[in-house]
Amino acid sequence: MGLETKPLSTLHEKASYDVADFPVPTGREEEWRFTPLSRLKGLHNGTAAVTGGVVVDVEAAPEVRVETVGRDDARLGKAYTPADRVSAQAYSSFEKATVVTVPKMTAASRPTVITLRGSGAGAAAYGHVLVSVEPMAEAVLVLDHRGSAVYADNVEFDVAEGATLKVVSLQDWDDDAVHVSHHHARLGKDATFRSFVVTLGGDLVRLSPSVSYTAPGGDADLTGLYFVDAGQHLEHRLLVDHSVPNCRSNVTYKGALQGDGAHAVWIGDVIIRAEAEGTDTYELNRNLILTDGARADSVPNLEILTGEVAGAGHASASGRLDDEHIFYLQARGIPFDEARRLVIHGFFAQLLEKIEVPEIRERVLSAVEAELAR
Amino acid sequence: MSTLEIRDLHVAVGDKEILRGVDLTVRSGETHAIMGPNGSGKSTLAYAVAGHPKYTVTSGTVLLDGEDLLEMSVDERARAGLFLAMQYPVEVPGVSVSNFLRSAITAVRGEAPKLREFAKELKGGMDALSIDPAFAQRNTNEGFSGGEKKRHEILQLELLKPKIAVLDETDSGLDVDALRVVSEGINRFRASGDTGVLLITHYTRILRYVKPDFVHVFAAGRVVEEGGPELADKLEAEGYEAYTAKAASA
Repeated sequence: MGLETKPLSTLHEKASYDVADFPVPTGREEEWRFTPLSRLKGLHNGTAAVTGGVVVDVEAAPEVRVETVGRDDARLGKAYTPADRVSAQAYSSFEKATVVTVPKMTAASRPTVITLRGSGAGAAAYGHVLVSVEPMAEAVLVLDHRGSAVYADNVEFDVAEGATLKVVSLQDWDDDAVHVSHHHARLGKDATFRSFVVTLGGDLVRLSPSVSYTAPGGDADLTGLYFVDAGQHLEHRLLVDHSVPNCRSNVTYKGALQGDGAHAVWIGDVIIRAEAEGTDTYELNRNLILTDGARADSVPNLEILTGEVAGAGHASASGRLDDEHIFYLQARGIPFDEARRLVIHGFFAQLLEKIEVPEIRERVLSAVEAELAR
Repeated sequence: MSTLEIRDLHVAVGDKEILRGVDLTVRSGETHAIMGPNGSGKSTLAYAVAGHPKYTVTSGTVLLDGEDLLEMSVDERARAGLFLAMQYPVEVPGVSVSNFLRSAITAVRGEAPKLREFAKELKGGMDALSIDPAFAQRNTNEGFSGGEKKRHEILQLELLKPKIAVLDETDSGLDVDALRVVSEGINRFRASGDTGVLLITHYTRILRYVKPDFVHVFAAGRVVEEGGPELADKLEAEGYEAYTAKAASA
């Protein structure tokens, strides 16, 4: 397939399944300028040796159909076309894809958990997941990334008319992992999509969640939580493309950073096209910088090409722990470390409540505890 | 029996000296009112004693039962038995009142209260101050009205039972009903045991509800006049003008 230029207003985003359509990034491009290319281990320039392994294990709800398919399966790549070189590399390199189907009018009785376990960061691996939620169906999906890997993948969420999909994606990699991933949700009429991204582990994680709408009434909520330690680069690039009327989106990402060289990047692109009247959107990113030597880059971009929006806004703030919060708690006898822990918990509290899978919520909570104890 | 002893206290904010030699002794069983015009340094005294990092003690001593408070961290001072009710209580997002109070009680008493006892104690405290029980699940001070914040400060006072309480303009911004409820809380605290109160206020209004034993007039960073409750009546009649004029010419 040749080069298609998506009619994106000023982002000039290209979409193609072919790696050759994307030049090797140099780091000067807008979409690559924050990413330390030298730490991608060749995922971006074709030099990665493809002998690595990521084992995919699915524990599915009984109502849900799970298949492992080859590259030629006609259902793949329908909801999403790769939008950058690593994504196209993953699309042209994966051997097996996992397809999860939630049949129409079916409500899955429990979460479907896809565990992706890396067996080493010595060589690269590529993957592809398609989650198809048929009309009026409902499901909860967990993507659980563990172990060590150099991994690039694309995940398609195809949420049909009236269907609901709730996704928790947990990046709980070992310290040396590299992960570049695209999550794209395509929402049908009146479809509901909830994404909760938690990124804690890995040397470099670059995750790009995006949403497009095919008919009015789509509703997307994208929430993220990250905790960046010394030397880690955790990057989240959001894109919500409002191209049809009367859809809603809400993006809320919060992160804490501590340690030398801890680097968080958050890009929030929202486009409201001329035809997308009645759009209601809001995006927010907040970073809590706990120590010197940590850095957060936060770039919200909101492009509105119609005068008829229901609501559109964005907010971004990065700052230190508030001394007044700490003083107030200490003035009640609470020791500094405990006061700090309470305030950081408070910072994440409203987000954590949104995780609907209790086991995952507990796991994230204890992971945040462990980060604070470092 | 406890004593808070402030001797020749000098405090600066940045390069600016705010307190210029304050001497004050508060013993348990006593209520002292500190009155003075805006900008006289009343709140600076409160925050410096509590240990707010913005205030630098340049000389002087503050002892609680002979122990040097100035050598202690903010939380150590609170655990030693000092309490500061703040004029502008801080909103702490995401930390519920219940969680906050339980953490504070655990720290001050040295052990976590049993959940059931804590719930009972909290409910009793909230009832006494006419605080809606639903507030226990709300974020600390977030979205509270001025009066709700002050009631919440007095709730903490009653639960933490300090040796000496410094109440910084607890009366400001309260309507008459809220003032009465808050004053009753302070009086319950005074009656509860061996406790001393240092009540900082701009107005005499609260002194009708909380009777002071001693009144100190503050101007330009030091105590300029001391007396009994009758001094408050004089201030009510004459205002602070005499003191501000004196301080300006000093």
